[in-house]
Amino acid sequence: MKSCLVVDDSRVVRKVARKILEDLKFECTEAADGAEALARCKERMPDAILLDWNMPIMTGIEFLKKLRLERNGEKPVVVFCTTENDMDHISEAIRSGANEYVMKPFDSEIIESKFQEAGLV
Amino acid sequence: MNPADFAFLAELMKSRSGLILTPDKSYLVESRLGPLARAEGLSSVDEFLGILRGRRDERLMRATSEAMLTNETFFFRDKTPFDLLKEDILPPLVKARAAGHRLRIWCAAASTGQEPYSIAMLLDQNPRLTGGLNYEIIATDLSEKCLERAKSGLYTQFEVQRGLPIQMLMGYFEKVGDSWRINEKMRNIVQFKRQNLLEEIRTLGRFDIVFCRNVLIYFDQPTKRGVLERIAMQIAEDGQLLLGAAETVIGLTDAFKPSPTRRGLYARNPEFRGRAAA
Ligand SMILES: C[S@@+](CC[C@H](N)C(=O)[O-])C[C@H]1O[C@@H](n2cnc3c(N)ncnc32)[C@H](O)[C@@H]1O
Repeated sequence: MKSCLVVDDSRVVRKVARKILEDLKFECTEAADGAEALARCKERMPDAILLDWNMPIMTGIEFLKKLRLERNGEKPVVVFCTTENDMDHISEAIRSGANEYVMKPFDSEIIESKFQEAGLV
Repeated sequence: MNPADFAFLAELMKSRSGLILTPDKSYLVESRLGPLARAEGLSSVDEFLGILRGRRDERLMRATSEAMLTNETFFFRDKTPFDLLKEDILPPLVKARAAGHRLRIWCAAASTGQEPYSIAMLLDQNPRLTGGLNYEIIATDLSEKCLERAKSGLYTQFEVQRGLPIQMLMGYFEKVGDSWRINEKMRNIVQFKRQNLLEEIRTLGRFDIVFCRNVLIYFDQPTKRGVLERIAMQIAEDGQLLLGAAETVIGLTDAFKPSPTRRGLYARNPEFRGRAAA
């Protein structure tokens, strides 16, 4: 079973995403901001990370840049999942090492399609 | 629904598009024609059908037959046809063509354009695939509404997230308001035209490759066969046909031969000479 870390400051979004990912046979853990996510990753690198952008304490993009410098930090497939939906944000995410990008609102079909693109399902 | 209305609608669909409307699909009538009825200021689909049957107004008949069609599609749908194009179809075909040949690809039920644009992006991204040959993509559909949307190249945020890798969104689209528009280069590669597959298709010319996916499923056996054999007459002797995942030529016609190893891929049977018009 592959593991996925769901990072979002909204508990509702985490819950919805988790349900979709569990249906895709991912074992999920959660974090409410970038700093917590980084701590999770230091304990154990997940196979995939579903990552919000705007969060308190540490944003998704700050987290991603730090993650990619960690030991084994290049391994997780990172899929952004954010309301930011302009080309500048998308480009910055991909330049910073994201593998795929979901623009909210999302549904199970989009998550499945994007995880497929990223080679996860 | 009144059985006479249903019979009228079923006959309309059969003759205009080939769609077989069976009673188990009657739930579709309500959802598809509801908006049309409301647009005409009518309170129910029953009322709308009554008027349609009484007046037989061409504009309404056409709008009705378009509204009943399923237009569901998305970018790189099912993936494998596009892999087949890249790996199995193009390399031998390009080798067999002389330098000045213009490759012609036809999407025979293109709906809102995701399928032809997927092909256009794929070819643009892999210039070696076409080996320097010029190419064009002709995309046809029965639905005027779909074609208009396809030509505009505008897609919703939801549509550009179904099947389209983010790198392709970045490379080929720009954001316009809340929508995304595929770039001009792609829009110029694909030519959209209205074409009913039940009618004469000779004017479209000859093709090297035909995508005819997820439309035969709506037709009865004789209609399927007719469409396949008309397509066969427009395909080069070594041309290839791609069908949808639930479609086949087997048991319908010998105009094509299924690939022994690749599902969904059919080679033009060079021995097939067409059928004398019945
Ligand atoms: C489900 S879509 C398939 C789109 C695309 N080929 C795909 O596989 O994603 C079927 C399309 O066939 C079109 N269609 C139905 N009957 C037709 C006919 N008789 N001639 C041409 N197009 C037709 C519909 O308008 C619709 O856009």
